[in-house]
Amino acid sequence: MQSTATNFGSPRRTAGAAVGDFLRYRLGRWIVLLVTAVFAVIVVAPFAWTVSTSMRLPMESFSVPPQWIVLNPDWSNYARVFERIPFFQQILNSFIVTIAVVIGQLFTASLAGYAFARLEFPGRNLLFWLIMATMMIPLQATIIPVFVIISRMGLANTLWGLIIPALPTAFGTFLMRQYFLGVPKDFEEAAIIDGANQLQVFGRVYLPLVTPALAVLAMLVFNGTWNDFFRPLIFINDPYLFTIPLGLNDLKGYMATGSISVVLAGVTMSLIPVVIVYIFGQRYLIEGIMMGGVKG
Amino acid sequence: MSSEAPTAQHNELHTHRSANPFAWLTENTLQGMARRKALLGYLFLAPTMLGILIFTAGPVVFSFVLSLFRWNVFSPPEWVGAANYARMFADSRALTGFWNSFVFVFFAVALQVALGLLLAMILQARMPTWLRYTYRTSFLLPMLMSGAATAIVLGYMLHKEFGAVNYYLGRLGISPIPWLTEPGWAMVSIILSYLWLATGFTMILFIGGLTNISTEILDAADVDGAQGFTRFWHITLPLVSPTLLFAAVTGVIGGLQVFDLPYIMTRGGPGDSTRTAVMVMYESAFKNMEIGYGSTIAVVLFLIILAVTAGQFGLSKRWVFYQ
Repeated sequence: MQSTATNFGSPRRTAGAAVGDFLRYRLGRWIVLLVTAVFAVIVVAPFAWTVSTSMRLPMESFSVPPQWIVLNPDWSNYARVFERIPFFQQILNSFIVTIAVVIGQLFTASLAGYAFARLEFPGRNLLFWLIMATMMIPLQATIIPVFVIISRMGLANTLWGLIIPALPTAFGTFLMRQYFLGVPKDFEEAAIIDGANQLQVFGRVYLPLVTPALAVLAMLVFNGTWNDFFRPLIFINDPYLFTIPLGLNDLKGYMATGSISVVLAGVTMSLIPVVIVYIFGQRYLIEGIMMGGVKG
Repeated sequence: MSSEAPTAQHNELHTHRSANPFAWLTENTLQGMARRKALLGYLFLAPTMLGILIFTAGPVVFSFVLSLFRWNVFSPPEWVGAANYARMFADSRALTGFWNSFVFVFFAVALQVALGLLLAMILQARMPTWLRYTYRTSFLLPMLMSGAATAIVLGYMLHKEFGAVNYYLGRLGISPIPWLTEPGWAMVSIILSYLWLATGFTMILFIGGLTNISTEILDAADVDGAQGFTRFWHITLPLVSPTLLFAAVTGVIGGLQVFDLPYIMTRGGPGDSTRTAVMVMYESAFKNMEIGYGSTIAVVLFLIILAVTAGQFGLSKRWVFYQ
């Protein structure tokens, strides 16, 4: 007992004080960590349930208790996804739209961000604040006119209609500008002395130095575009042009009275590309969100 | 002989500036360089400016104009002045939509911010690195799911008779809860699903905010014996208040736009109990083809977002503390 007490630093402490300290510091922390663990399990449970139920026999798919570990996986649900909806085509559509929007936004945002950070021209500050102000405008406030414009351009019910309006980005411009501001100005002077023109200064000197920023923006845009539901719902009505979230909603409708395992197989497959991208880019996704919070 | 002629002409172009209309731009002087940079600036900005003009700034004005017309796309628009606004304030479904959006945003954002801060603080505590990493990844995972997939999966799990949630609650002795089939509970379900989806984002914001607090201040607090709730209330909270403001502002803007969760989980029901303002706008404009009336709801929603955000920034002077 005596030795336990000395562990807390003071030889005059009694055993009672030691127990008190234990309750206050150790036990409290263990309880917090334990409660957090329970909470983490609850948060992850829907993923585990989705994957495990997607492999259950169709007739058992909605029976309780949930079977968390599948001993005899039934893969027929996955095959049936492709029979019910043009799943492969929809995955392809999601890829086309997402990759086009990511590349397009990287292009427009790095150009505009560089202009605001490193090029001097009349009206620069005014234009910058005008663009920043548009970040306040919610998608819903513009969706009806954008749909009218898209229709007049003949782009309603095409993948182009999902891509083109998503290319300009106020947030991306802000993000890229912040990173370009972090690159010292001396680099430009050195490159000019070496005979580079302004275009080369941008493309060969500054752009390679902000690749982390490009990765951050790419991650945020990938996540947002891949998961977008509202815009495709309004712009697209041909199931062969649906993106994945619309396809899943469709699949759920077909399966209203059938097996939910098929729907969950579709959900599981739709998660694979995002999870792969996340494994490689988690760091950038987190950095991007923090950028907004700390510097915004 | 023949190769000399163009060279001579080339030199002449450079020596006599008047002969070259682009000399003001190409001349090898500091002014020439400044002009080239300015031109490049406008060129670099052109795609973004043009895009934002056509697809964001223009449409905001266009929305307002459309809200003054009655238009079903097929026949020409008909000027009705403020009639759409008068109609909206008498339309119980639209008013219910706005009310539902307020209720949703109030609870969703308050809980999202509180929970996000709590989780971020727990992750700051002393623990093995692998445990911290596991916790963080677990809390971030829902962010990868689309709203549509979340609505489908949680909708199944919250099913009254066959859902996993009621099954486990039953094991704890709680009788089945009508999660999606009773008005009050349906709103609770939408809020809980939104929290599942959106809290990871807020948590990262707060991890960023907490990491930014200077350790000197925390050490000073330690020396002064500030602990527990006192320390949280008087030290930590003021120091993360800028992040708190950001999380609240983006939370309200994001929350007022919520659409896919109620659209897929409850279709706005039972009754109109989970029909949000955005859903009413969507149905008016794209289901009933009342473009003008839909635009009216969009404009009012936009003005509400602006007012709430301005209010948050206005009040922030009283409680946000910048280091």
